[in-house]
Parts: sequence; C-alpha cells; structure tokens
Amino acid sequence: MDFSALNPVALMVTLMVAATPIMLAALGELVVEKSGVLNLGVEGMMIFGAICGFAVSVDTGSVWLGIIAAMIGGTLLSLTFGFLTQYLLSNQVASGLALTLFGLGLAALVGQSYTGIKPPSFPKLDIPFISDLPVIGPILFSHDFIVYFSFIILGGVWYFLNYTRGGLILRAVGESHDAAHALGYKVVRVRLMAIAFGGACAGLGGAYVSLIRVPQWTEGMTAGAGWIALAIVVFASWKPLRVLLGAWLFGGITILQLNLQALGVEIDVAYLSMAPYLVTIIVLVIMSADSKRASLNAPASLGKAFHASS
Amino acid sequence: MKLMKTILAGAALAVGFSGAALADDPVKVGFVYVGPVGDGGWTYYHDLGRIAVEEAYGDKVETTFVESVPEGADAERVMTQMALSGHKLIFTTSFGYMDPTINVAKKFPNVKFEHATGYKTAPNVSTYSARFYEGRAITGTIAGHMTKTNKIGYIASFPIPEVIRGINSSFLHAKRVNPDVEMKVIWAYTWFDPGKEADATSALLDQGVDVILAHTDSTAPLAKLAEAGGYGFGQAADMIQYAPAPRLSSIIDDWAPYYIARVGAVMDGSWESVSTWHGIPEGMVAIGEFSEVIPEDVRNQVQEMKDGIAAGTYHPFTGPINKQDGSAWLADGEIADDGTLAGMNFYIEGIVGDIPN
Repeated sequence: MDFSALNPVALMVTLMVAATPIMLAALGELVVEKSGVLNLGVEGMMIFGAICGFAVSVDTGSVWLGIIAAMIGGTLLSLTFGFLTQYLLSNQVASGLALTLFGLGLAALVGQSYTGIKPPSFPKLDIPFISDLPVIGPILFSHDFIVYFSFIILGGVWYFLNYTRGGLILRAVGESHDAAHALGYKVVRVRLMAIAFGGACAGLGGAYVSLIRVPQWTEGMTAGAGWIALAIVVFASWKPLRVLLGAWLFGGITILQLNLQALGVEIDVAYLSMAPYLVTIIVLVIMSADSKRASLNAPASLGKAFHASS
Repeated sequence: MKLMKTILAGAALAVGFSGAALADDPVKVGFVYVGPVGDGGWTYYHDLGRIAVEEAYGDKVETTFVESVPEGADAERVMTQMALSGHKLIFTTSFGYMDPTINVAKKFPNVKFEHATGYKTAPNVSTYSARFYEGRAITGTIAGHMTKTNKIGYIASFPIPEVIRGINSSFLHAKRVNPDVEMKVIWAYTWFDPGKEADATSALLDQGVDVILAHTDSTAPLAKLAEAGGYGFGQAADMIQYAPAPRLSSIIDDWAPYYIARVGAVMDGSWESVSTWHGIPEGMVAIGEFSEVIPEDVRNQVQEMKDGIAAGTYHPFTGPINKQDGSAWLADGEIADDGTLAGMNFYIEGIVGDIPN
C-alpha cells in the first residue's frame, strides 16, 4: 500500500473543516443539556441557520451579515422550543423532534429561490509568511474565521462551565432545578439563555455547511449532522474538551475513509463509518456500568420539566 | 437518528393521510422519494415527472409524494400507508426500495407498483430504469479529453449494477480517447449528503484529479468544483446553473413521458407488469448542452457518439472489452447483452481497486 500520496497536512485541514459544524452544534447542545434541557431539534436549527446564513449572504453580499443572521435564525427557532418547554411545560423530546421537522420544512420553504446560487466566498486567514510555513501554516494559520471562532467558543464554554459563577449556576440548574430554585436562581431564565446559546451555535454550524463546506444551498443539506452532534455530546460525556475529540473522531473518520478510497487503499468503508457510533455506544455502556461516573457527568435533571409550584 | 426520522415520518404520514379523500373519482398516484424534492438532481427530476402527470390528466389524477424516505424497512411503512389510503399506483424511486416494494406489493395485489432501477418484478410490480451508461459514455469521453493530470474521479454511491455500469462506461470511453487516463473511485455510501459529496470531491482533488463524475444526487460536487477548480457534470439533472464551467455537460433523466404513460395505463385498465429500460433513443436519458469550454472537435466527436447511440448504430459496450482480471468479456465487435449489463458486478480492465461487497 502506498501511503506516501496521503498528504497528512491536507487531510488535517479538511478534517478541521468537516469537524467544525458538528463541533459548534455539539458545544451548543452541551450547554443546553448541562442546564437540564434535552433539545433534540439540533438538526432543525442547523438547517435553518444554513439557509438564513446563505440567504442573507447572497442578498447582502456580506458573509459576516450571513453569519450573524444564521445565529439569529438558530436562536429564534430555539426560543420557540424554549417557550414550549419552559413556559408551556410540554414534553422536551416531542418538542425537540417537532423542532427538527419544523426547521427542515421552514428552511426548505425559505430556500426555494436559493438553489443553484453561489454564495460570496469566505475570507481565509492569510498572514504573510506565517500562513506559508510548511505544515503548521496550512493547519494553524490559513483557515476561515469560523474555525478559529469555534475554538474560542470551545475554550469559552470550558472556562464558563468550570470556572465561573454563571457556569456553576447553570450546572446547578441542570443537576437539581428544585434545589437551584430554592436557592433563588431563576431556573427558567437560565435554561432559556442556555437554549438560545444552543440555537445560535447550531445556526452557526449550519451556516458553516452552506457557506463554506459545500458551499451552496440544497434542501436537507445538513443530512443528519445535528443528530451526530447529539451523539457527540453523549460521547463527550458532557465535557467540553472531549467534544473536540468527538467532533474530530466523527468528522475525521469520514474524511479519512474518503481519502483512503481516493488513494485506492483497500478498506471496508462500512466498518469505518460505523466506528464512531460504536464508540458512542461503548461510552454509554461504560458510563451506565459505573453509576458514580454517570452521576458525575450526565445532568441529573436532564429532560425533566420544571415548574416553580412543583 | 434513523429511529427518530422513522417515528416522525410515520407520524407525519398518519396525519397526512388520515384526511384522505373519498376514494372514488381521481386516480391516486403516490411517489416515494429518497431525497428532498429540492435536491436539484435525482429526486427533483422524478418530481418534475410527477408534476407532468398532474398537468397531463388534470383533476382525473391526484398525486402525493413522501420525500427523504430512508431505504429499507422505513420505506415499507410509507408504501403501506400509501396503499392503505387508496393509492392505485405507487412509484418507488430508488434502488434500495426494491425489497420493500416487493413485500408491500404482496399484501396489496390490487395496487400497482413501479420500482425504479431494480430488477425484481411481480404481477403488480413493474420495473423501470434508464440506460444512464449511454450518457456516461459521452461524459467519459469528454472527461478523457479534458483532464490535464490524466486522473479522473468518480463519486460512486452504492455498489449496485447501475453504478458499476456507469463507472465502467465512463472509464472505457475516457480510456479510448486518452490511453494514459487513470480513474479513482470513491464510494460515498449515500445518495444524498451534500457535505459528504463535497468532502469526497475535495479528497479527489487532493489526489490530483481534475475531472469528476458524480453518481450522487445533489449539486454539491459542482459547487465544490466551482470553488476549488476542476470540471464536473450534471448528474440526473441538467444543473445548467454551473455551466459553462465547472459543468461541462450533463446526463438528464426525463421520467415524465413514462410516468404519464403508466398512469394512463392504470386509468384505462391496460396496466401490465413490464420491465422498461429506455435510454437516449427513447428520450429517457437526455444529454445536456455541451459547454463551450470543451474544444470544438471534442464537441463534434461526442455529438456524433450521441447521434450514433440515438440511431442504434453505436452501443457503449461494444467489444473488444476485457474484465479487470484480463479475461475476455466481449470479443471484437461483440455487443453486451442486457442480462449481463443489468447484473453487472465486475470492473473492466484498467480500473484499479475492488468493488466493495
């Protein structure tokens, strides 16, 4: 087998591109779940963000406005979920699934006149000399802005959850909303903010697919990325830094198998594609086997409705 | 993920069909699609066929469709719902619906089924497909001429005869005009996933490929090529929005005349189980305009080939052709028979790699 033609640098660069949308969506969902809310509507928020970002970019010619629109779009959609689950106390699983369906349909409707259009191209970091350095130049210093932004969000979420008072409150709400309420924290408000953050992240991740990764608008184009993001949160056992690992694993295996095939390496694609899901299942089994560890990681109030009277 | 979609699809169906019309008057025709109608490719053209049926028969017909139906057991539920809600004719438009179609058809002997690109029939199940390999001969010839690196790429979906025929036909014709050409095949294992299709395109470009033929359903490969450079073709649809480059030409599937004829047959009671396999001569496969980027002599050459196929004087699989292992398949001047083509499970000589199981 000739692996010499496999360019690890190019591979790493495409891997980061493939991993960025699922990492963004997963980070958002992680914060949502840490606050005790299970939002299964990630796919719907992603696709809606994808079309909002695409449409605004095309209409205004500015990808920056597009990115902002994508985040707003994702947030608005997530807040409908927030309203349903936090004020009307509807079932989170059903509302989340409905959000996915609604997002897919709404995006298809909005996107009808945007098929086959090329969006304005997205600027990439280009620092003279540094971006041209071998190996670290292409890997570290020549991406689009969103890749760097996603790392800032990653670091921010990690720091926020572990080292800030706000993060502590959010986790308290996720662990036991009754106790948090008794302490005087606004459970619903905290959760709504978390849901909105999750929506913005998912919207941004969707826009990354439609503006940078592909780049075009096609109905249903996120093709399940939102569900993978949900799997990554579990895989990461609700720890932000492991989300990066999960996103690179899920995204990386896809990229790796495509590149290995282009090289003509004999591999069984089906097994490779299955691998991340198998790992997720194994993680779930390990977690459930050790009840102490599970109770440390999975938010105890995940998916439970809260009302001050109860 | 699949489970969720399934539940949703089931719920949506239950809601969608519970209010179904009193059966009597219009003939109800259902369509099961593998992707969204807005994919700009495969499903989009099937839906154009559906719309043509509505236009042809007006209020004598009522059509419904369910899009993005996963292949396999989920499809069975969708078809069952359609059959239960009074549909007289159901088109199932992807290879992976083959066994589900046969299973459901057994339970509803009075409902007619038409399955696209498969090979299993029953008294109430017809099959229909297009000879896409005729179009592949033309796009393969263009690819052979247009590649500068002598490396062409093929984004394949699933290892089924239809796709293998396309790979063989493309490579055969590229090789005839460019003996140095190599082909790299990537199996995407999906019909529709724009992100993955774009990633596959990038992977091929990274390996020095500069002309890509896609066998997936979306326009993503062309979008990626438009950004990164290289040439491609419209697949299942014209995709003219990417002309003159990267789209050099296209293979267009025109299902409308067939759909209109079959719906008509159900209406007048003349429907019978048939296996239809039409191509360029009958118009089921059309070739999109040749881009001006292609040199004129090449355009003339492929036009001639297209005319030859249309007139029945040229068959894309005309010997001498050897199989991948070097053993003879077709002798000089020998033409492949439909049976072998329909079940094609081998590469021809010169293609590197194995067909996955």
